[in-house]
Amino acid sequence: MSQNILEIKDLFVQYSAGKDTVRAVNGINLTLEEGESLGLVGETGAGKTTTALSIMRLIPNPPGKITGGEILYRGENLMEKSEAEMRKIRGHEISMIFQDPMTALNPMLSVGDQIAEVIRLHEKISRADAMRKACAMMEVVGIEGGRAGEYPHQFSGGMKQRIVIAIALACNPSLLIADEPTTALDVTIQAQVLELIEQLKRKFNTSLLLITHDLGVVAEVCSKVAIIYAGEIVEYGTLKHIYENPSHPYTIGLFGSIPNLNETVHRLSPIPGLMPDPTKLPDGCAFEERCSQACEACGKGVMPYVEIEPGHMVRCIKFAGKEC
Amino acid sequence: MLSTKQDASLSQDTISIGGHGQTKEIIGRFLRNRAAVFGMVVVLFLLFCAIFPQALTQYDPIEQNLRDRFAAPSAEHFFGTDEYGRDIFSRVIYGCRTSMEIGLISVAISCIIGVVIGAIAGFYGGITDNLFMRFIDVLMAIPNTLLGISIVAALGNSIPNLIIALSIGSIAGYARVVRVSVLSTKGTEYVEAAYATGASDFRIIFKYILPNCLAPIIVQATMSVATTIMAATGLSFLGLGVPAPTPEWGAMASSSRAYIRDYWWLVTFPGLAIMTTAFSFNLFGDGLRDALDPKLKS
Amino acid sequence: MSTLVEVKNLKKYFKTPRGLLHAVDDINFKIEKGQTLGVVGESGCGKSTLGRTVIHLHERTSGQILFDGKDVSDLSKHELKEFRSHVQMIFQDPFSSLNPRMSVSQLIAEPLLIYKTSKSSADLGKEVGRLMDTVGLARRFANSYPHELDGGRRQRIGIARALSLNPEFIVCDEPVSALDVSIQAQILNLMQDLQDEFHLTYMFITHNMSVVKHISNNIMIMYLGNMVEFAGAEEIFKNRLHPYTKALLAAVPIPAIIEGRKRQLLTGEITSPIDPKPGCRFAARCPYATDICHAENPQLDEVLEGHFVACHNVKEINQL
Repeated sequence: MSQNILEIKDLFVQYSAGKDTVRAVNGINLTLEEGESLGLVGETGAGKTTTALSIMRLIPNPPGKITGGEILYRGENLMEKSEAEMRKIRGHEISMIFQDPMTALNPMLSVGDQIAEVIRLHEKISRADAMRKACAMMEVVGIEGGRAGEYPHQFSGGMKQRIVIAIALACNPSLLIADEPTTALDVTIQAQVLELIEQLKRKFNTSLLLITHDLGVVAEVCSKVAIIYAGEIVEYGTLKHIYENPSHPYTIGLFGSIPNLNETVHRLSPIPGLMPDPTKLPDGCAFEERCSQACEACGKGVMPYVEIEPGHMVRCIKFAGKEC
Repeated sequence: MLSTKQDASLSQDTISIGGHGQTKEIIGRFLRNRAAVFGMVVVLFLLFCAIFPQALTQYDPIEQNLRDRFAAPSAEHFFGTDEYGRDIFSRVIYGCRTSMEIGLISVAISCIIGVVIGAIAGFYGGITDNLFMRFIDVLMAIPNTLLGISIVAALGNSIPNLIIALSIGSIAGYARVVRVSVLSTKGTEYVEAAYATGASDFRIIFKYILPNCLAPIIVQATMSVATTIMAATGLSFLGLGVPAPTPEWGAMASSSRAYIRDYWWLVTFPGLAIMTTAFSFNLFGDGLRDALDPKLKS
Repeated sequence: MSTLVEVKNLKKYFKTPRGLLHAVDDINFKIEKGQTLGVVGESGCGKSTLGRTVIHLHERTSGQILFDGKDVSDLSKHELKEFRSHVQMIFQDPFSSLNPRMSVSQLIAEPLLIYKTSKSSADLGKEVGRLMDTVGLARRFANSYPHELDGGRRQRIGIARALSLNPEFIVCDEPVSALDVSIQAQILNLMQDLQDEFHLTYMFITHNMSVVKHISNNIMIMYLGNMVEFAGAEEIFKNRLHPYTKALLAAVPIPAIIEGRKRQLLTGEITSPIDPKPGCRFAARCPYATDICHAENPQLDEVLEGHFVACHNVKEINQL
């Protein structure tokens, strides 16, 4: 068995908003093996980005606060690291790609300088060597190294995202967190970027945590999938488990909401209602009021996290042997 | 959160067209800001002084009493008396009226003219914009104090002339603020949506653009009351503002310069009054800006 | 069935500091009453400009627009207002297309007030209530403000506004792109129900292939201001004839496990739509491009029945 590069245990994150407390992440457990790629799928406000920022220890505090749990990176608890130690880890061991390539780059610095800067932060090499490495990195992501002296506005959206990826990978991190890396891009460009991420993953054996709302993108890139809803993982398994045997009513609902290119249906079957207000999460299952199969037992207590087949976990009372 | 009024509309066949009032929300946000509330309380107190100075004072601010010259602050004269034996406390309180009058009226004048110019320039763009804004550039090229001095020097020392001088100087600020926010509001999708429903220019300006530009205008106006009062006291200090013997803080500070070594209270209290006024208006304005946050974060 | 909207040789150019931007270049299409035309393309292909030009939110550069058989290319101020009561638009971003200073009921009442369709305020209230019911917006939100609601509900406000004047034709500009998938499906179903109920004709602009296939009768694929392919929704997904359509559809990630999936990637730079040189605009990225593609504009030809393609080499590529 390969080693776990990342383990999240019982993570709780809250934001305070005036009088209310937003319970963004409520007891997430996740493991990511060395070289594996995990897709974290959920809707706006489900806690995807909060989870990613917690791993980087970049939750803005205040208003945010990690209120419980641990995050183990290669067995070491990141929660106990000092800020200086975290700075060494960020970019070097764990890198993050943000959603919007338009705002992730500094418009006043040439792209080569921006890549070189990250390299020089983590490696003791000369400015010229760092620049040479930056050019090489640009070639890796498929942009001519000769364009290193150009500024972000001289590149198209897809190319900017490649540069963001080059910056993230410049120090050869072991874990890459990609937060909706292709959402802002057109599909033909998205295909190029996904291809690039996959190639680089193979080349450097980087582990990947891909955060997205797009089940299609996950199917293309990931081997494991976790579905997140209202700050909880409701289903976890391999690609095959989730796509061929989706079991949590929310997962089933998500698939029903997407119009399928290969079949024709006259009407979609959406999930009724909305995600509960994260300041007033109900007792029991957070999905209960939108669930067609909900029963009385769903309204109370903590939902059991059941292993319905080896490696396929579902957080639903239906599978705990109780009658509904 | 639902009010009972809204619940009532559920059962009815028709619904009342209206909102539950964003004012309440804005006031709530403002009241949570302690510095802003402090500023507002002081501003309200200053307004009270300006409207009812006689309620707080027992002496006539211009009555001379040469026997009582240079009396130190005491129970009888809280802030002492000046070189003519006038009660400084009364003069400071009455001076508030002069300052407020100048500040509020000239802000109102420059605000109205500036908003109209800025709105027209921003909404119509093109040549209109160019013409109006070049005129504004010319205004901005003249230093405010110099403009004030020239106008007062040409027209003579009086409060109305001072107001005219100060108003002209600050039109440019409003015009620019309004033009920029009109431009950015004009480009929004909801204005385009209004065009798509067939709304007229007039409706778009008054229902869509101006309400969304209101916040920066209110903030700018509040803040510039402070700067205008400062400018007025500055001009009076130079002897170009309010004619004697009308009590005015700048003039008071100016005339007591000579006695600063021996009689500190002559210059200190008008100075403190100027400072308090400017400070409290700025706190109030800052608080308003935060409360009126155009992004309407909840 | 009769034609509701017809567009002939429509062009819309924008002046930019670097030259003329050909946003919409010589587009022709017809939409039958009660049908949906899907307009697909990537960002910057001119699909939004096309929609806005058809309903006079942008003034066209040249060409002709026919609505219900009448030429509506040039309208006086009065005629324009009349025209706008028949055509409406649903905007992409329900966060920025609603005036933040107006409540839900005021927003929905606004078009009714502009056209003075209600006699009394009680009538107006009744009408607003009816519209809120139609789009599935609970009446308790009548006095709320847009920023207090989620994206799905805001988009319902946008739809209620568009419906308020009983229009015949609605241009929908990416109406579900900003929404989460579960909400997206709710809104798509609502739009289909409304179409059936009120015999609406839609022009549905989107970059989302699965959504456009789901909702459209006909689909038009745009690339840099040009129409490259036009056909029935089923047909275009079955027979992808234009090389760009092939690449575009192959790039869509499908939420299913497909064995041996291979990505077909486009290489080459996107041609600038500013003062474009003659020749096919896709030629620089096209794997099948030949000399003629760089020299002459391809014409839109009916290659199969009801299936139009603008490509010099369409026959060779598809072995027709």
